Amino acid sequence: MAAVATCGGDAGSVGSAVATASKSNVTSFQRRGPRASGTNDSSPRLVSITGTRPSVRNGQLLVSTGLPALDQLLGGGLAVGTVLLIEEDKYNIYSSLLFKYFLAEGIVSGHTLLVASANEDPANILQELPAPLLDDNCKKEFDEDVYNHKTPESNIKMKIAWRYQLLPKMEIRPVSSSRFGHYYDTSKRIPQELIEASKWHGFFLPEKISSTLKVEPCSLTYGYIKLLQFIQNIIYEEGFDGSNPQKKQKNILRIGIQNLGSPLWGDDICCTENGDSSHSLTKFLYVLRGLLRTSLSACIITMPTHLIQNKAVIAHVTNLSDIVVGLESFIGSERETNPLYKDYHGLIHIRQIPRLNNLVCDESDVKDLGFKLKRKLFTIERLHLPPDLSDTVSRSSKQDLAESAKRLGPGCGMMAGGKKHLDF
Amino acid sequence: MFPELNNLLNTTPDKAEQGTLTLLCDSKTDGSFLVHHFLSFYLKANCKVCFVALIQSFSHYNIVGQKLGVNLTMARERGQLVFLEGLKSAVDVFFRAQEKPHPLQFLREANAGNLKPLFEFVREALKPVDSGEAGWTYPVLLVDDLSVLLSLGLGAVAVLDFIHYCRVTVCWELKGNIVVLVHDSGDVEDEENDILLNGLSHQSHLILRAEGLATGFCRDVHGQLRILWRRPSQSTSQRDQSLTYQYKIQDRSVSFFAKGMSPAVL
Repeated sequence: MAAVATCGGDAGSVGSAVATASKSNVTSFQRRGPRASGTNDSSPRLVSITGTRPSVRNGQLLVSTGLPALDQLLGGGLAVGTVLLIEEDKYNIYSSLLFKYFLAEGIVSGHTLLVASANEDPANILQELPAPLLDDNCKKEFDEDVYNHKTPESNIKMKIAWRYQLLPKMEIRPVSSSRFGHYYDTSKRIPQELIEASKWHGFFLPEKISSTLKVEPCSLTYGYIKLLQFIQNIIYEEGFDGSNPQKKQKNILRIGIQNLGSPLWGDDICCTENGDSSHSLTKFLYVLRGLLRTSLSACIITMPTHLIQNKAVIAHVTNLSDIVVGLESFIGSERETNPLYKDYHGLIHIRQIPRLNNLVCDESDVKDLGFKLKRKLFTIERLHLPPDLSDTVSRSSKQDLAESAKRLGPGCGMMAGGKKHLDF
Repeated sequence: MFPELNNLLNTTPDKAEQGTLTLLCDSKTDGSFLVHHFLSFYLKANCKVCFVALIQSFSHYNIVGQKLGVNLTMARERGQLVFLEGLKSAVDVFFRAQEKPHPLQFLREANAGNLKPLFEFVREALKPVDSGEAGWTYPVLLVDDLSVLLSLGLGAVAVLDFIHYCRVTVCWELKGNIVVLVHDSGDVEDEENDILLNGLSHQSHLILRAEGLATGFCRDVHGQLRILWRRPSQSTSQRDQSLTYQYKIQDRSVSFFAKGMSPAVL
């Protein structure tokens, strides 16, 4: 009884928080995020947008990537105005999952979404987003509560905590939470009401490719030109760059671009080494970053870098992006059956973290990170080899250890790289 | 500017050399702290600075500059600093057709263009004002960074031509300085970048090379800085002087120490 009552209290507070167009959990001690609304306001106004929070280090406005574990490694979250580049794993399983987490986080936080893809319809992508876990205990109790309402003894339920009975009853609907970073259940789909309540724009390349080319030929591929024009259009019309001053409430635009650089976009860097459009991708990234820096938006891009033939292009792309995260899954490789890696599904490499408005950046000490996908949790943790508990230490397992130690050995991020591996 | 780096380079804002080309190079690490150093150094030396910032926005340099003691907004307002913000201008030049050639015109061109409009911009920005009331000491051109120009489709030869033209105008005619940053790709085979880097290394008077440690990532030592003084015009009988230091970047400054003498280790 008392448990139901307290849950009622909790739900009441959540409800009222939502009802008052929830401000994000910022304290009064906050510097103005320097990237927000670059054109106007010189007065230090608190930028209170749902789903964002200021960075501890430099007051930069951050949004969650959808994975609290990744947020922590990136120094709190993804800064507004920057690009998160994900180097896809071989079969595009976990990178598309991170992509979906990012978009689902946008829906739950009430941000506007822009989904661009060349191989999948954005509407389908949105249907497949994982369901958010919002106050799980509360939901279970509410199911019980609804069931109990059918009985006539509902009035005499609360004898001890009777004050809670005066609070309005909340019906069970998925409410947008004002927390920063949520957990998602990958076995369930996101509720349809959430998708319908959210605002999103889709860019599906096969639909746009039929119209005529309006801009003079420059060395960008046609798909990239159309995508840039689309993004710029949305930013301008919806006022994310501060151009429409009558917009009462600021919001963040979350842009997700899937499989950028793949041949489906018309780009041939994955096919040949020195193709015609070898600088198309880098020009696209440059102009995209220019658009992001002057607007309240954040972008996630997944790119099949393992297919790019010319390795120098990868270096250029890394320099032109802000955060670069590489995923390496064990599926299909010999490591899947390797007992050393049995706890993990793959490795995650944080290749680059930007130094925004600062000389230093929040880099984690741990360079060897493994990830594991459970149903409700995507964990990223320090990679540790399991203890060698076999009775006789066989020669092959020692070799495996040495091999994996060499793999983990240099442990270098973008901060400092070693030229040679020092054997011990 | 970082006082320790000034000591190592044996310069102060008052008595800096003129007519030099300084090459900043980083390999497997981030050398942008050197750009912030030189920007604040030359602003404090009362020079007229033209900053071609291709990789970050104005507010980034402004906020870091405030930590180092210079105010970029004020410098821009009183005409000491001419700032070309690459990211913002790229959006302008890409989406709107320009009447007169824009410094980043090459973004619209299909094949490898040249940097003539950018050079015109630099020359216009640094030409001495005849009114004489401003009283800036000498002009300085700062570029961050040149490798971005390569990744945007320009050839190494076009970039080297641009630097050559700038050197003639800024270093020789106007007795000013040039500081450029180039990324060293290291073991990645990038021919164009190697051509650019070698070409610039032969022309520069001072090379500052920020490298990662050979032993990998370290929390207390962020990298190694190699300083090389050169005299490209004089005979090669004189040996070039070279020094190596290790550094750690802090919030407002960078501390340098001899190899292996990090305070964390001692």
